[in-house]
Amino acid sequence: MADNKTDTTVTASSPGEIPRSVRLLVPILLGIAVIGFWEFAVYYWKIPKFIFPAPSMIVQALIFDLPTLSASLWTTVKITLAAFFIASVLGICAAVLFIQSKILEISLFPYAVILQVTPVVAIAPFILIWVGLDHVERALLILATIVAFFPILSNTALGLKSVDHNLRNLFDLYGASRFQRLRELEFPSALPYILGGLKISGGLALIGSVVAEFVAGSGTGTGLAWRIVESGNRLNIPRMFAALLLLSILGVVIFFSLSWLERILLSKWHESAVRREN
Amino acid sequence: MIVEAVPPPARSAIPNERRRALIKLNNLSKIYRGGTLALSDVDLTVGDGEFISILGPSGCGKSTLLRMIAGLGGISGGTIDWPQSRYDAHGEPIRDLGFVFQEPTLMPWATVFNNIYLPLKLAGVSRRDAKARIDEVIAMVGLEKFADAYPRQLSGGMKMRVSIARALVVKPRVLLLDEPFAALDEITRFRLNNDLLRLWQDQKWTVIFVTHSVFESVYLSNRIIVMSARPGRIIADLPITAPYPRGEAFRISSEYNEFCRITSNELSRAMVGVAEEEH
Ligand SMILES: Nc1ncnc2c1ncn2[C@@H]1O[C@H](COP(=O)(O)OP(=O)(O)OP(=O)(O)O)[C@@H](O)[C@H]1O
Ligand SMILES: [Mg+2]
Repeated sequence: MADNKTDTTVTASSPGEIPRSVRLLVPILLGIAVIGFWEFAVYYWKIPKFIFPAPSMIVQALIFDLPTLSASLWTTVKITLAAFFIASVLGICAAVLFIQSKILEISLFPYAVILQVTPVVAIAPFILIWVGLDHVERALLILATIVAFFPILSNTALGLKSVDHNLRNLFDLYGASRFQRLRELEFPSALPYILGGLKISGGLALIGSVVAEFVAGSGTGTGLAWRIVESGNRLNIPRMFAALLLLSILGVVIFFSLSWLERILLSKWHESAVRREN
Repeated sequence: MIVEAVPPPARSAIPNERRRALIKLNNLSKIYRGGTLALSDVDLTVGDGEFISILGPSGCGKSTLLRMIAGLGGISGGTIDWPQSRYDAHGEPIRDLGFVFQEPTLMPWATVFNNIYLPLKLAGVSRRDAKARIDEVIAMVGLEKFADAYPRQLSGGMKMRVSIARALVVKPRVLLLDEPFAALDEITRFRLNNDLLRLWQDQKWTVIFVTHSVFESVYLSNRIIVMSARPGRIIADLPITAPYPRGEAFRISSEYNEFCRITSNELSRAMVGVAEEEH
């Protein structure tokens, strides 16, 4: 029992490893330095604010336009998360179907690939015509889902197929049913792959929803992407930066949430998340 | 056992031809997809209650043979009959066996307890009903303190013991062991040898045991099968007639030495093919 605990209670880091505090501190200090220089440079060289606003102006814009920007942020968050959720469910289900039947896989997989490799910008006008005339948000949702779908599908399918063959034999030996095999063997084996897919798709869902909104264009959009376009048209560059800042923060939050989920789920057993002492 | 007035005869007193056949391999052969002829013309009748060891050079098809007996991987030629077993709807015999693979084959995401629970879980036994039995086999392999550990926290030998416990948890009638003790130190190995022998006698198991150790095979089995280098075929079938229970006294007897000598000779005959192949 004592052995079990050592690797979770160990806090001292091994010599070659950079301590956590330093790893947090260094990028923060760098950020502060860059922002400070940026602020200074804008005033020193008198760069006009419609070309490159100082950080303080961006913050001002953020505070001044908070009602509009937060409403837009909420729209983008909703679309991104909904697309991510739908893509995850569809992707995992499709992968499970694919490994049940080879015929299904070889007949459907090429179409999934076509959907993936066709640029979403090119599909967007079609989707907008078919569903977007009255419901732009629905069109954005579909487009973002298409973008986010494929990594989950391909990663899950790869994971479900990468089961150790000795373990498969073990399940054969004890006469496991299809469902038992899926639940007790294939899913747990595939979990690291699935989580890897989710991490990629989380970012892609955001990209998808932003790109789709750019393409949808015309005053109908209300998400952050449209705020950027609109502010650009009005030469309100600080607000453009403020919207961009919110998008970056959203992307970072999504990425870290999924990394955190990955660590929680795999920390007990998977090499990628376990802290080893050798 | 206590209620019986007359003690049962020592098990080796049953001559092989009087045992009821449990598994019959007829003319068995195996060709792997790449074209490797792993086994050819293997004929073997496993009697009920036997303890058979299989010896042979590395790569001669011992693991392959065990897997085929367990119904894993197709048969390329010949048949395997289970005269005493019932057959299911697909024509497959209901084998009732435990298998300790050459690698520990544990699920990395499950604790020791859950790994051992697996066969019972797949059979639909609830965790609560299985608990006592699982604790029993965990104690049998001496891993009480590690029930909640994950495989990555165990040494190679400990993983193998988990694998053994998992094979035992269902109380199988036939136990197939593929070099189960290869990763263990001598002391633990002797202890588990004795445990295995005791269990075999108590539970009336049939055991097929693959090993590279002549000494181990002589100590344990009532019969040793020696296989030739690839393609594997049976070149010797040696009865080890010493009575059970066997203990340390047997290990130092001249009888034991004699059996080891005979077995070693047969094994070196099997190795001849290997030397030629390498030239
Ligand atoms: N899945 C496979 N595909 C192709 N060839 C295989 C496969 N498994 C085993 N073989 C071949 O079959 C032969 C017998 O292999 P097997 O594992 O049965 O040997 P073994 O007697 O158990 O050896 P060892 O004592 O080293 O464990 C080997 O030559 C090996 O190359
Ligand atoms: Mg082997």
